[in-house]
Amino acid sequence: MTGDATTSGTSGSGDLDGSTLSNAFAEGPAFVPYLVAGDPDFESSKAYLEALDRGGADVIELGLPFSEPMAEGPTIQTAIARALEGGMTPDRYFELAESLDVEASLVCMTYYNLVYQYGTESGPRPFVERAAEAGIEGLVIPDLPAEEAEDLRAACDEFGLDLIFIVAPTTDGDRLDRMRELVSGYVYVQARLGTTGARSDVSDQTATILERVADWEVPRAVGFGISSGEHAERIVAGGADGIIVGSALIDVVAEGVETGRPVRETANQLESLASELTEGAAAGARKNRSEPEGQ
Amino acid sequence: MSSDATFGDYGGQYVPEALMPAIDELTDAYERYVLDNEDGFMDEFRARLQDFGGRPTPIQRADQLSERYGCDVYLKREDLLHGGAHKLNNALGQVLLAKYMGKDRIIAETGAGQHGTATAMACAHLDMPCEIYMGRTDINRQRPNVFRMRINGAEVNPVDVGRGTLKEAITETFRDWAGTVEDTHYVVGSVVGPHPFPSMVRDFQAVISEEARAQFRDRTGGLPDTVVACAGGGSNTMGSFAAFIDDDGSDGDDRVDLHAVEAGGSSLQVDEEAGVAPNSATLSTGEEGVLHGARTKLLQDSDGQIMESHSVSAGLDYAGVGPELAQLVDEGRVTPANVDDDVALAAFHRLSATEGIIPALESAHALGYLEERIGVVEETEKGGAALGDSILVTVSGRGDKDLETVIEESADRDLDAAPDMDVFREGIR
Repeated sequence: MTGDATTSGTSGSGDLDGSTLSNAFAEGPAFVPYLVAGDPDFESSKAYLEALDRGGADVIELGLPFSEPMAEGPTIQTAIARALEGGMTPDRYFELAESLDVEASLVCMTYYNLVYQYGTESGPRPFVERAAEAGIEGLVIPDLPAEEAEDLRAACDEFGLDLIFIVAPTTDGDRLDRMRELVSGYVYVQARLGTTGARSDVSDQTATILERVADWEVPRAVGFGISSGEHAERIVAGGADGIIVGSALIDVVAEGVETGRPVRETANQLESLASELTEGAAAGARKNRSEPEGQ
Repeated sequence: MSSDATFGDYGGQYVPEALMPAIDELTDAYERYVLDNEDGFMDEFRARLQDFGGRPTPIQRADQLSERYGCDVYLKREDLLHGGAHKLNNALGQVLLAKYMGKDRIIAETGAGQHGTATAMACAHLDMPCEIYMGRTDINRQRPNVFRMRINGAEVNPVDVGRGTLKEAITETFRDWAGTVEDTHYVVGSVVGPHPFPSMVRDFQAVISEEARAQFRDRTGGLPDTVVACAGGGSNTMGSFAAFIDDDGSDGDDRVDLHAVEAGGSSLQVDEEAGVAPNSATLSTGEEGVLHGARTKLLQDSDGQIMESHSVSAGLDYAGVGPELAQLVDEGRVTPANVDDDVALAAFHRLSATEGIIPALESAHALGYLEERIGVVEETEKGGAALGDSILVTVSGRGDKDLETVIEESADRDLDAAPDMDVFREGIR
């Protein structure tokens, strides 16, 4: 299905004119990097995000740090602590999003309590309204399963945002159907069990899950554990429409912080890793075109 | 008993997708084994609570306190349960349930170490491998409990992030579970977390009030006017209240008032800049939000970041509270209250010196509440009016684990019943 101009889910903003997030997947496999906003500070973070954009990012998942990140492994957890220490707040986050000079679409990844608490009225609406104003096109909320997502879906519809869901290796049956109904933009396919973190192997589970969401209307981006161009190639060759990379990029940021490396050098490293991942994904897509499709 | 996932607006299942199938599986097991007693699960649970745990625990009239407050004060002695705290009720229930579910590994978080030690005991008893996550700060201030867990055969994994207390340990245990759900059960230590934990833990702890209500009837022919229990996450509170909730005075029945006493810490004032609430009075001062799988009341800043809580009692030191308890407070069925560190420490010494019972610092909050609400009553005066003529207080655990803390904290305070320990303090720490 790579290369198809896919439309978004049945209940999302995609009903209007096809979501721009889905469109980011239209011209070949999408490279979707994740960084924690404000890690380690506002200005460095801005430089890193713009470097990823130059390196070929199609969508940037921009993490809004929450004090209790229950779905993250140690790498992202530590990055979140650095960003909070550096003074990142929801309001600063939206300022950062507005200040970015990037072509990639922005998706906000955070935990539900921050979405729920934002603004004066309770519930997710004020957060989504502000996110839309800041140019954010979609949300991923790891601690919000489809069962609890009705209010947020409604707010996203109102302000034209996509709501991305994570499909895990353990997701099946009714749960898959429920997510399929609510998802728009793209679906985040979790490649293996556990929390986030760069791994050297690519799980066999990945192929099985991709199979399960093969006939969904939204593109399928695979995340969890992708750390090199070669991984990216294998994942895309295995049928993914995009790759999500977080921990491997944050390792570069962390190393920069620990060694006191200048921001520009870290940015350059991020840009070259981004290019490697973008090219790896493209190579995977070429492989797919030269071989008959598996589905 | 109900298996509803929500309590009014509170509760729910706010967990990462990878955990949802495990939560569904657990919900199914809860309904079958706990609610429907399938395969005689509840019968085995009760038998083991009796043989291994030493239930029933007695209720006891506290003569000195009764005289002091001019009313009948009864204590529910959960400090006499095996392990020295109410925590075993839940730990034994969940580890046994995990066995019925065919799981072969147990993980748990612990704050004060009481839930960790209870889980380690239950795992040794039922032959299950056990790993406990515990914040570094808590490890340092609860060393005897760390030793007990290790001696019972559990692994203790230190958690170094954040302030290294209960909420970090919970987050870390969820993280382990996200990668191991297929063969592992997470024994949540309180009536918190995603459904079915709040209901299931309440049902395992309800034995406290089921016994106490019948014992009180046998002893006095009636029901207490007020039940007082300390509240951190709320497992002791819900356990102490569960069987009394329907005694709400409707239909002309006697009403039993239910008072949940939280840790007022050193102050109810919040330092928003530092992200610190020097208390854990969630029911009194918290705002609705979502943490650790449930919508409930939380100590949080205006952005929704979770605050660091504080209490002299590690077991009450938590920024959230059980969703059902939050609802019962909103409905007016449960009265929230709090007492500060000083009052709790004074109550600790008072019960120790006058009744011969060294209570856990958690329980000392419930006892301190009597002093604060009623105070010393003159001999001729019929007192206790503030809380009625008969009061049942749950002593949720014994205080051996808190001795070092109490001696340190008492040294700088002017506390009536506190013995002079200066000569002996040299050897401590």
